[in-house]
Amino acid sequence: MEATPTLPALHYLNNGYGLKSWLLTKDHKRIAILYLISISVFFFLGGLMALLIRLELATPEADLLSSDTYNKAFTLHGVIMVFFFLIPSIPATLGNFFIPMMVGAKDLAFPRINLLSWYIYLVGGIFTFYALAAGGVDTGWTFYTPYSAAVSNTHVIATALGVFIAGFSSILTGLNFVVTIHRMRAPGMTWFRLPLFVWAHYATSLIQILGTPVIAITMLMVFVERAFGFGIFDPARGGDPVLFQHLFWFYSHPAVYIMILPALGVMSELIAAFSRKKVFGYSFVAFSSLAIAVFSFIVWAHHMFVAGISVYSAMVFSFLSFSVAIPSAVKVFNWTATLYKASISFETPMLYAYGFMGLFTFGGLTGLILATLGTDVHLHDTYFVVAHFHYIMVGGAIMGYLGGLHYWWPKMVGRMYNEFLSRIAAILVFVGFNLTFFPQFVLGYLGMPRRYHMYPPEFQVLNVLSSAGASVLGLGYVLPLLYLLYSLKKGAVAGPNPWGAAGLEWRTSSPPPTENFPITPRVTTEAYEFEPQMAPEFKLV
Amino acid sequence: MGNGFSLFPAQASTFAPDVDALYFFVLAVSAFFALAIAVAVIVLGVKYRRRHVGEVGARVEGNLVLELLWSIIPTMITMVMFGWGASVYYHLRRAPDEALQVYAVGKQWMWKFQHLEGQREINELHVPLGRAVKVTIASEDVLHSLYFPSFRQKMDAIPGRYTTLWFEASQVGTYHIFCAEYCGTNHSRMIGQVVVMEPAAYQSWLSGGGEGSLAQRGAALFQQLACNSCHLDSGQGRGPSLKDIFGKPVEFQDGSSTIVNEAYLRESILTSQAKIVKGFQPLMPTFQGLISEEGLVALIEHVKSLSPNASTAPPAAAPAPAAPPAPATPPRR
Amino acid sequence: MEQQKEASTLGMWTFLLTEILFFGGLFMAYMLYRIWYHDAFAAASRTLDLRWGGLNTVVLIASSLTMALGVRSAQLNRRKPLLLWLLATVVLGSVFLGVKVIEYSDKFEHHHVPGPNFVWESHEAAPAGEHQLGGGGPVTEPGRAASESAGHAPAASNPQFQQWTQIYFSLYFTMTGLHALHMIVGIVLMSVIAWMAWMGRFDDHYYTPVEMSGLYWHFVDIVWIYLFPLLYLIDRS
Repeated sequence: MEATPTLPALHYLNNGYGLKSWLLTKDHKRIAILYLISISVFFFLGGLMALLIRLELATPEADLLSSDTYNKAFTLHGVIMVFFFLIPSIPATLGNFFIPMMVGAKDLAFPRINLLSWYIYLVGGIFTFYALAAGGVDTGWTFYTPYSAAVSNTHVIATALGVFIAGFSSILTGLNFVVTIHRMRAPGMTWFRLPLFVWAHYATSLIQILGTPVIAITMLMVFVERAFGFGIFDPARGGDPVLFQHLFWFYSHPAVYIMILPALGVMSELIAAFSRKKVFGYSFVAFSSLAIAVFSFIVWAHHMFVAGISVYSAMVFSFLSFSVAIPSAVKVFNWTATLYKASISFETPMLYAYGFMGLFTFGGLTGLILATLGTDVHLHDTYFVVAHFHYIMVGGAIMGYLGGLHYWWPKMVGRMYNEFLSRIAAILVFVGFNLTFFPQFVLGYLGMPRRYHMYPPEFQVLNVLSSAGASVLGLGYVLPLLYLLYSLKKGAVAGPNPWGAAGLEWRTSSPPPTENFPITPRVTTEAYEFEPQMAPEFKLV
Repeated sequence: MGNGFSLFPAQASTFAPDVDALYFFVLAVSAFFALAIAVAVIVLGVKYRRRHVGEVGARVEGNLVLELLWSIIPTMITMVMFGWGASVYYHLRRAPDEALQVYAVGKQWMWKFQHLEGQREINELHVPLGRAVKVTIASEDVLHSLYFPSFRQKMDAIPGRYTTLWFEASQVGTYHIFCAEYCGTNHSRMIGQVVVMEPAAYQSWLSGGGEGSLAQRGAALFQQLACNSCHLDSGQGRGPSLKDIFGKPVEFQDGSSTIVNEAYLRESILTSQAKIVKGFQPLMPTFQGLISEEGLVALIEHVKSLSPNASTAPPAAAPAPAAPPAPATPPRR
Repeated sequence: MEQQKEASTLGMWTFLLTEILFFGGLFMAYMLYRIWYHDAFAAASRTLDLRWGGLNTVVLIASSLTMALGVRSAQLNRRKPLLLWLLATVVLGSVFLGVKVIEYSDKFEHHHVPGPNFVWESHEAAPAGEHQLGGGGPVTEPGRAASESAGHAPAASNPQFQQWTQIYFSLYFTMTGLHALHMIVGIVLMSVIAWMAWMGRFDDHYYTPVEMSGLYWHFVDIVWIYLFPLLYLIDRS
């Protein structure tokens, strides 16, 4: 082992320069980088919306923005964060980059479709940019009818089309992953030797394939209703507004699992790598991903307990909603058990993993309060729900994303970032996050509804705490942007395996060559086999 | 209400304590598990921290017994949560028969309440203490949601149909009403207050309304729209008699039947040709677009008033034994 | 090569699965409204011409046959027959679209296109003793149970009836329009495949694109096999 590693002479980043070599690439790694750049743009745009919201909510009066502008801000925050950040985030960046490597393949099954998928995502994004620039949309990301289809006079069609188009990007990514995992595994890589990250993405892809078409057709129906005056959901034309809710949530509930499952996959990798130990109960964790995917499709009406559905339907959906909590709990228990008799270190990715354990667990458990019918009547459409889903999506999914990004960054770019700054950022994110969203649980139980531009004065203290937290959280997000970009040129060279981790991706150079492996790997061991001689080559601060 | 800082809303309805108890149970379980995991990962993280470079963790595969335990025990706990929650929910959704009827119409961006005695309120609802109140909710335009945080009760207002909620106020005072389904520009201004009054005070407030009861308004509309030209009491007119029909079955042309209730009456007025009563011709015109939601509600109350033995709550104006008649100068809130 | 073919096949079947879910949402909405507004939907459905619909069904099934024969020719490395079968498929697909144009323009003339110009006029006598489901309003909570009642067929002048027939046509145009769009894509696809065949790109070892496009074509055919009975055939009386 060398004392100071050096960058490989030829790798995927310097194998061809120029715009054309990037915009017409078929290399899954380059496509992952293209996605990384575009979703980061959307993330900061959605974050800007959040900043506006929290600034306004620091005071009870409507004194910063007009009501229409505020409504557009929270709508665009939701649309951008859900459809253009969270859904693609881990799969399109880390998944695209590492699934072929983890299965031992040269690329995904359909490289050109992978590139097409990025362009489709961009086109969807352009529609959303247009909607934003032309004056915004104010229906909420949930587009409930008849407000969206008949009443709102904002750019609903452009946004609905943007979501419709972006959905196809998601479908194609899922399709690519499923076929790759089925058909492109290297010799010896059996299903049960796959890293759990791959299992998680397989389950995610199933949801993407089965669920996304339904939101697509729902958006299409809203489009025809608005554009041509067809009556499908508008009661003034004989339609049923609740039918929209059923169709919408049939996708959008599984969608939230599209957003969290990949992060759960990242968690397995981080826990294993930084405990230098195989994940406890591997097959249970693998199957729990599939179970989550299956159960996610049968709980959608828990978003509709007070939407006029019958008492008995509500009971059925409440019962089923508890079922989906169990596989998630199983994962958390298995990760905890992995720490037993492990060899644990606390570099930045592990800090994010630890944060995830606490926040995802708590956030998931608050979901139980919402699945419980008796309490949901009071809490539906209040800040309690907002807090719940931000705990999972931000405390869970985004921390998983950041943890994965920090873990695989040296592999992707060949250099290390500043560990001191990255730990500061992780702590800022954790503290800022809790300060922002924990008060919202209290606000929700007090009765403060969602999507409120102004509120009664007695809610102010909690809102101020929340807005203060948001600024800390924002800072925590800006820091990685800075030190990660800095590391591209000035970071210490990482070498093939700076963490001493197991997994095929660590057996090739950092950055990897275009074809991933000089020779096709032959797999003979289980996943997560850590050998003492795979000691970290790079001593961290 | 008031500007004080608090962590929980007032428990102002009879079922609010039940909801809170359920909440605390699930919250306690959640906090317990979240804390347990947090403590476990911290303790394990300290105990098994890496001692030297190159160290690896022990080879531990898994344990079926553990997996079963931590799948089955949470399942049982969630079943308790479900069962308890479902029973509280059932209670929240089933109004008692003797509930006082109030109508609520949501529109962008206000709540219009109507009492049977005729009082109309906008963004304010007076109710008596200790009496079950059932609110029938309609919407004139888009989705809204009628939310009483202090009662722990909420129900969406859906255009095109009726929904209901009920509560029994258990504490005098003034509490928030919020619209809890985003409905456009002034969604956050679609708020109001519910005023819970002692029964006597409520009576005197009621008698302050001078417009005539809701049923009386409906009777006026009944004449105005010429319903009385076909719906003769004798049953010999072009339309069936409306006397004494509420709560009873009505038979249709093909032999099937339904119980006459608010929804059926609304449907008959708006889509008169949908169901034809046995022995009559399909002659009734539709009044879709000719009557507002409030008018509909008044007409329905009028028809109900023609069925004196129907199992609906009598209006609150029915004098309680010791209640005095209208006082000289009723305080109007 | 074999791995690529397997991958492509799995990929195409997966894609078709997404298409099933895509059309599924529309089918779901249609079935629900059909149950709720039974009579209005039946009346509206009667304005569809069974002859054109039937012809289209025969045309599409024939096109699936020509497609399958094309794949067979590719398997046997017969370039000329492959080309002919592909072109036949394109022709039949175009006939289908032509018939759809005829049907759509008929709807246009009768003001059955939903939107501001929609007019519903029924020239039917009210049949006696007819069962009618789906009473007033889309869904009424307590009145739901009452929707099993019946009466005489409502007069077409009833504005609610007009609304319900308009919903039928909204769904009709959305479903058949979406299907027609898929047909257009299919025809373009087949033309490209035919061009590739003419250029000699296929032989008995490699004809995967022919087979994959064939799968897509059969799928579009199957969607019509569902659309035709649902829109034209069921419960016309």
